[in-house]
Amino acid sequence: MNAMMLCYALLIGLALPLGLYMGRALDTDRSTVMDRLFGPVESVLMRLAGVDRRASMTWSAYLLAVLTLHLLLIGLAWIVFMSQGLLPLNPDGIPGMNWDTALHTAVSFATNTNQQHYSGQAQLSYLSQTLAIVTLQFLTPATGLAVLLAITRTLLKRQTSSTTVSTNASTTPAGHGVGHDSVGNCSVGNYCVGHYYVDLTRIVVRVLLPLSLLVALVLVWQGVPATYQGAQSVTMLDGGAAQVIPRGPVAPMVAIKQLGTNGGGWYGPNSTVPLENPTGLANLVETIALLLIPVATLIAVGVISGRRRLMMGIGAVMIAFSLITTTLIVVSERLPNAALAGLAVEGSPNLEGKEVRFGSDLSALWGSWTTQTSNGSVNAMHDSFNPLGGLGLLMDMFVNVTFGGIGVGLIGYLLYLMLAAFIGSLMIGRAPELFGKPLETREMRWISLAILAQPLIILGLTAITVAFPSLTGNSNPGFHGLSQVLYEYTSAFANNGSGFEGLGDGAPWWNLACVLALAVGRFLPMLVPLAVAGWLMEKRTAPQGRGTLSLEGGAFVGLTAGVIVIVNLLGFLPALVLGPIAEQLTLP
Amino acid sequence: MSVTDSRHDALSHDLSAHGDPHETSQAAHRFAGSGSWLTAIRFSLLMAVVLGLLYPLVVVGLGQLGFSHQANGSLLADAEGRVIGSSLVGQRFTSERYFQGRPSAVDYAADAVGGSNLAPSNPALRERAEADTGQITARDGVEPGRIPVDLLTASGSGIDPAISPEAAAIQVDRVARVRGLTPSAVTALVERYSDSGGWLGQPTVNVLALNLALDAIE
Repeated sequence: MNAMMLCYALLIGLALPLGLYMGRALDTDRSTVMDRLFGPVESVLMRLAGVDRRASMTWSAYLLAVLTLHLLLIGLAWIVFMSQGLLPLNPDGIPGMNWDTALHTAVSFATNTNQQHYSGQAQLSYLSQTLAIVTLQFLTPATGLAVLLAITRTLLKRQTSSTTVSTNASTTPAGHGVGHDSVGNCSVGNYCVGHYYVDLTRIVVRVLLPLSLLVALVLVWQGVPATYQGAQSVTMLDGGAAQVIPRGPVAPMVAIKQLGTNGGGWYGPNSTVPLENPTGLANLVETIALLLIPVATLIAVGVISGRRRLMMGIGAVMIAFSLITTTLIVVSERLPNAALAGLAVEGSPNLEGKEVRFGSDLSALWGSWTTQTSNGSVNAMHDSFNPLGGLGLLMDMFVNVTFGGIGVGLIGYLLYLMLAAFIGSLMIGRAPELFGKPLETREMRWISLAILAQPLIILGLTAITVAFPSLTGNSNPGFHGLSQVLYEYTSAFANNGSGFEGLGDGAPWWNLACVLALAVGRFLPMLVPLAVAGWLMEKRTAPQGRGTLSLEGGAFVGLTAGVIVIVNLLGFLPALVLGPIAEQLTLP
Repeated sequence: MSVTDSRHDALSHDLSAHGDPHETSQAAHRFAGSGSWLTAIRFSLLMAVVLGLLYPLVVVGLGQLGFSHQANGSLLADAEGRVIGSSLVGQRFTSERYFQGRPSAVDYAADAVGGSNLAPSNPALRERAEADTGQITARDGVEPGRIPVDLLTASGSGIDPAISPEAAAIQVDRVARVRGLTPSAVTALVERYSDSGGWLGQPTVNVLALNLALDAIE
């Protein structure tokens, strides 16, 4: 427990200054010393991309730009994966991927999921791993954060008289009558949510790239390879058989994999592999990196929006959820593996699928954090966790807003907050409202759809898959076999990417079914809150009265937490009973 | 093109601040490009070069300059200078004269890394553990129920380079006997290749480095 508490303390100690920095560096409404430092770089990049740095978009144009860029990125990555055999930077002569695995991989990385139906060291060239995958590992967390910034400017930012003309005010002609024109250009501050490409560039240049460089160099120092040379073949000491040690530019990928809630590793079994996670220090850095930016984002949004109390309430719920499941998983993995009863030293922790240098606590802590954040990298095999540990991992991914993915974690929380505001307003006999704006049928219809899509897709696909044994491909018998299928779709929809990896998931059915879960799980919960924020912005603000529902009070914070728990239990408790709970109860 | 664009920016910015309707429509025209395919293509190609090619290149360059041993895979050489493995990649040991590592689901194939992915409820895990127990009992005389758990569990990577100090301790007598060394000499060597782990990790013994050192004695 000591290591666990120290990691939490270190996490918060580092996220605090980073969050304050991000709050200043990413706020387009104020100029800071960071503008002088990074402005010239961003200026060059924006010119090369042909983007006007001072332009701004309406919410719908922003949404469209997100979808356009992602369709394109998926297409480009798909082409690179399929044709890697013909392209350079392929010293080990790896052939092109087949079309369905390549499509799944492209969508998986473009949705910040990094679910892998292949083994990186054997099936991707250095070019695919860097040009296609590392690029997506930067742009997808940046997209989550960018959309969150747009929502923050639209919905959360306190409107004082000096900031009514909000983002990028320089392009705003005073007294213009229309909010926006037909092509989505916005000219009145209230309708501007920012510019997608400008936000992406800022986030990459000011946050992700400097942090990744730092972490990558620490990892090289600790032993993570950074070379363009091919695999090293050696003759093993005992018996003289050959061993092929895959290498490559691993460290730069691992850094952004951990920092960007990505999770897709260079090697198949991810950060269990000593070349990807060699030492205790490397493991500490990679563990903190799992949650660092998601936690810092809460603070940054508090700074930008001025709603510090709201963010503290949200942070309190997230930390409570985090501690509950982390404790469950840590305790579960300290229990012996039932299969070793009478063979191993009595009272030993469950070390199946775990590395000796990490032991059970640090593996359980990582497992818990990686499923809370939608990262999905692993330093132990989740398939071999004790059933209650696996239960904790699944619960983390169902909730998916315990800090959650970068940007999208808080956006997902806002989705629940909107539902809670609707319910809470009705409970106190008020017309439903959020920040003084009325929540009406159109908003609630989309909010409900975004929340209900999760059980529909996960349980629907799980049911179809287990109904046809030829599709299932699970490797464990009994209740755990169901958990494997459930875990895969849960992980895909949560954009997590970890797996119960014994599953034979390289088949066309798995690839295509997961593409559906990946895309819906990414774009619906991320973009519906943006649309709702846009719709609300266009409505009149009702004055705050004594009877207005306070979103910052303890009662509402508790109500939101309750809504999250109840919605998830209603959706998934039966599946959990059939999977991990039944497995636990039937262990000898 | 980009340079003229930016001049336009400055111009339209100045003018539109004064409410010139013509320049505002120009701004609108420029904007139309931001949601378009052309901007998306230019932006993604640019980012692919910066993030997908330059960033890894910089890390590889700095890594090779500062930490070339680690950057190339922490390779180990034997007494004659041949590359014999990596200190981060475990190897398969079966001879009694060597310390043995953990069970591996991939038989220590570093290019096909992986764990067993067997659930605790899977009978195959029990069968494997019973077979391993039989071997360890015969080899080192340790009774079932006293075997360090890392020797009965497959690692996640399949190439775990380490075992626990307890797992090394039960092998000391056998290795010393086969090699004609005193147990205390072997124990001293084990301690040299042990790492306490501190609060950052767990105590470990690097099996390949230890076995290389044993060979160097002879």
